[in-house]
Amino acid sequence: MSKIHVTTTVNGEPAEFLCQPGNSLLDALRDDLNLTGSKEGCSSGDCGACSVIVDGRLVCSCLMLAVEAEGKSITTIEGIANGDVLHPLQRKFLEHAALQCGFCTPGFLVAAKALLDHNPDPTETEARYWLAGNLCRCTGYDKIIRAVLDAAAEMRAGAPAGE
Amino acid sequence: MTPDISLSQVPAHARHGSSIGRPLTRREGVLKVTGVARYAADNHPAGMLYAVLAASRIARGRVTCLDVPAAMAHPGVVAVMTPANRPALALDPDAKLHPFMFRLDLLQSDAVRYANQPIAVVIAETLEAATEGAALLAPRYEALPARVGLDAGESFVPPVVGVGHPAEQLVGDVEAGLASAARRVDATYETPAQYHNAMEPHAVVAAWDGDSLSLDMPSQGMAMAQARLAGLLGIAPENIMIRSPFLGGGFGSKGLIAGPQVLGILAARLVGRPVKLVLRREQMYGPVGHRPPTRQRLRIGAGADGTLTALAHHALITTSTFDDFFEPAADASHTLYASPAIATSHTAVRIDTGTPMFMRAPGEATGSIALESAIDEAALACRMDPLAFRLKNYAEVEPISGKPFSSKALRACYAQGADRFGWAGRPLAPRQMRDAAGMLVGWGMGTATFPALMFQAEARAVIRRNGGGVVEIGAHDMGQGAWTALAQIAADAVGLGIEQLEFRSGTSDLPDGGIAGGSAHTATAGMAIHAAGGEAVARLAELAMDDARSPLFGAGNAGVVARDGRLFRRDDESRSESYADILTRAGLAQVEGRGKSGGDPAAQTAYAMHAHGAVFAEVKVDPDLGQLRVTRLVGAFAAGRIINPRMVRSQYYGGMIWGMAFALHEEAVTDRRSGRMLNANLADYHIPVNADVPEMEALLVEEHDPHVNALGIKGVGEIAITGTGGAVANAVWHATGMRARRFPIRIDDLV
Ligand code: FES
Ligand code: FES
Repeated sequence: MSKIHVTTTVNGEPAEFLCQPGNSLLDALRDDLNLTGSKEGCSSGDCGACSVIVDGRLVCSCLMLAVEAEGKSITTIEGIANGDVLHPLQRKFLEHAALQCGFCTPGFLVAAKALLDHNPDPTETEARYWLAGNLCRCTGYDKIIRAVLDAAAEMRAGAPAGE
Repeated sequence: MTPDISLSQVPAHARHGSSIGRPLTRREGVLKVTGVARYAADNHPAGMLYAVLAASRIARGRVTCLDVPAAMAHPGVVAVMTPANRPALALDPDAKLHPFMFRLDLLQSDAVRYANQPIAVVIAETLEAATEGAALLAPRYEALPARVGLDAGESFVPPVVGVGHPAEQLVGDVEAGLASAARRVDATYETPAQYHNAMEPHAVVAAWDGDSLSLDMPSQGMAMAQARLAGLLGIAPENIMIRSPFLGGGFGSKGLIAGPQVLGILAARLVGRPVKLVLRREQMYGPVGHRPPTRQRLRIGAGADGTLTALAHHALITTSTFDDFFEPAADASHTLYASPAIATSHTAVRIDTGTPMFMRAPGEATGSIALESAIDEAALACRMDPLAFRLKNYAEVEPISGKPFSSKALRACYAQGADRFGWAGRPLAPRQMRDAAGMLVGWGMGTATFPALMFQAEARAVIRRNGGGVVEIGAHDMGQGAWTALAQIAADAVGLGIEQLEFRSGTSDLPDGGIAGGSAHTATAGMAIHAAGGEAVARLAELAMDDARSPLFGAGNAGVVARDGRLFRRDDESRSESYADILTRAGLAQVEGRGKSGGDPAAQTAYAMHAHGAVFAEVKVDPDLGQLRVTRLVGAFAAGRIINPRMVRSQYYGGMIWGMAFALHEEAVTDRRSGRMLNANLADYHIPVNADVPEMEALLVEEHDPHVNALGIKGVGEIAITGTGGAVANAVWHATGMRARRFPIRIDDLV
């Protein structure tokens, strides 16, 4: 079967890869672009471990075809930090111990970034429902919410984005 | 002369500059928040092929036909592994040489003994080709009727339950105690099958080089996996290298190597190339263990004043048709409540299921939710507040054994938890409280407990002339924070700041760190590290004390203290010398120590060792619709010395959510006709999400235990599930007046 050439932008950099029509974006990211930060927990859209932002929209990359990435701009967990400077969400996740095994963490961070991009001042309920598509089996969730709300407050206050 | 270095060992948390007790952030945290942390399935060695399992669609019978030619004809498919061509094994996968050796399904025959059992493996150039190849196998079966559920067959008394515990235990005369009781409860509770559902599916990336095997594979017990594989494959354990730097959760399901992981390894052998095999989520409901369903009958007798006269706890459980794992659910009644008569017993039924396995608080969680519900019912029968009732029956010694507790700060847990929650003033009767929106509000509580176990481990410690140190142990961080907590113990053990210490872990070529299970990893691996560090420090001390040029010369019996890269004379801290100076003068680049840990049999014989806690829950129930939310959870836990409060609180939160999910969410539903699970995916198997989770608090109650081990560490990984399930269930009763005795509680139980 002939492969399809896809040209896209990943984390601000031009990227291209060859894929088959049935390949998921998650597989293209992980196998072809070697961006293994996005995880596969279910490949059925139920866990959010594969979350990425595509043209400003939060999507489960396991449910999107790789060919659909043509001409799009994609943000993955690898693109959240600014070089060596962690994003406030990443710092707050560490501070609040909002991760344990870390398998769900890339998805949560990407989903939380998408939330704050849309809504810099979410209520606790808004944050909980926005992040309800991301499963975590370890942390008990509460600290994730604390971390997200704390990061949002810091970003609104315009505090330095890293240290 | 053996130098006395005792001061460097106790009490470590109190010392200046100590790492133990500090709420450090997770050492590998930055790797995890940036996506750099490399989990097993993130590896991709050159030339790697993908393997995909074909899994049985029937629960019992045999496979009569696999269309191997069709699969082989699919472009990209390299091989199909079936019972006909699976590489030979040195040990029958059905052999059971010791109780911890569980039987594996490694294509040893065409027999099917549970749904989702692996029946073939397709290996291909791409994941898509392997997946399509597996579908093209189109298996045909000869199916027999599946045996499903607790009533599927004759029950029997298992030889042992849990890890070698008697299936039946008895003190006193339960029937007499019940007969003489002024108040009685006789209630039966059911709990469902549950699946671990770690977010990371089981995976293996296997590469053979001659008779050497290199594996990227999540493991809670690398040395055990190595030994198991060595036996199966007929190669030396040291020829097997396992890398397990990160586990995406385990909860017991990665404690023993799983059959599908072995199949990935055999697939790599078959094709002579590296192979990656990752279970699809729906394939995780079968071959990688689960918590079996239970039906538990509790009979409780109490005097008019609320004093227990008898406690009988029977559990009926299921296990597989081909192996022996028996969930010790009734043992939950051994430790918590004083009663002159206690009887616990188990019976089991064999059904067509994958073998159940250790799942976070195995037995403790299942038993706890039934026991804590029944205790609540008994408190009501005595017209007593549930906390007052529990205090009335507080066990001063372990009820089943009569042994004193090595430590037990449960009263403080009750007091601090109740205080923080605001328990005082709770009305006795149900349906008394409403919120502003008219929701029924209920408060419930439960007691938490988990044994303080110790397994065996080894560690190696090195102190270097350049002022640094290295501690090595093949320990496992499945998210609990082992790398962080163990590094803290290691830094103290060698008397260095944590920044000066290189902590190496997570591969099987390091000293055996034991198994990360039973909430015992910090204690077990920590004690091995403590011993290794102590030995390295002792070497240094010998060098210094025997050398007339050292300020520590002749410290002898006074001994020395190790801290911040220096040895101090214990009776005169103005006399000290740096590690670097001691080693330089001795002309040594480094000193090394090795340590082992294991339980202390004398202490274990003399004392009952358990962590304890108290959990308080608030729920709100819509009186018309029965819709139910947990709105507050407060837990207070005493588990000996806390190495890292930040990590520990996290463990408690996670455990409490598992307890809440036990009461309200998790349930595997099996189709009675096919024996297949109906909700084998994360959409239909409910684990809580953010929107389900209440405001939470976990209080760390101070507790010093001089007996469990020299570091005073109990375990924190599992205890918080216990108590919480019961607390939520009891709160539901208090809100509604309706007692659900089948878990998870459903809306239709409440309207
Ligand atoms: S892997 Fe995409 S939602 Fe689970
Ligand atoms: S941290 Fe393990 S699944 Fe979330």
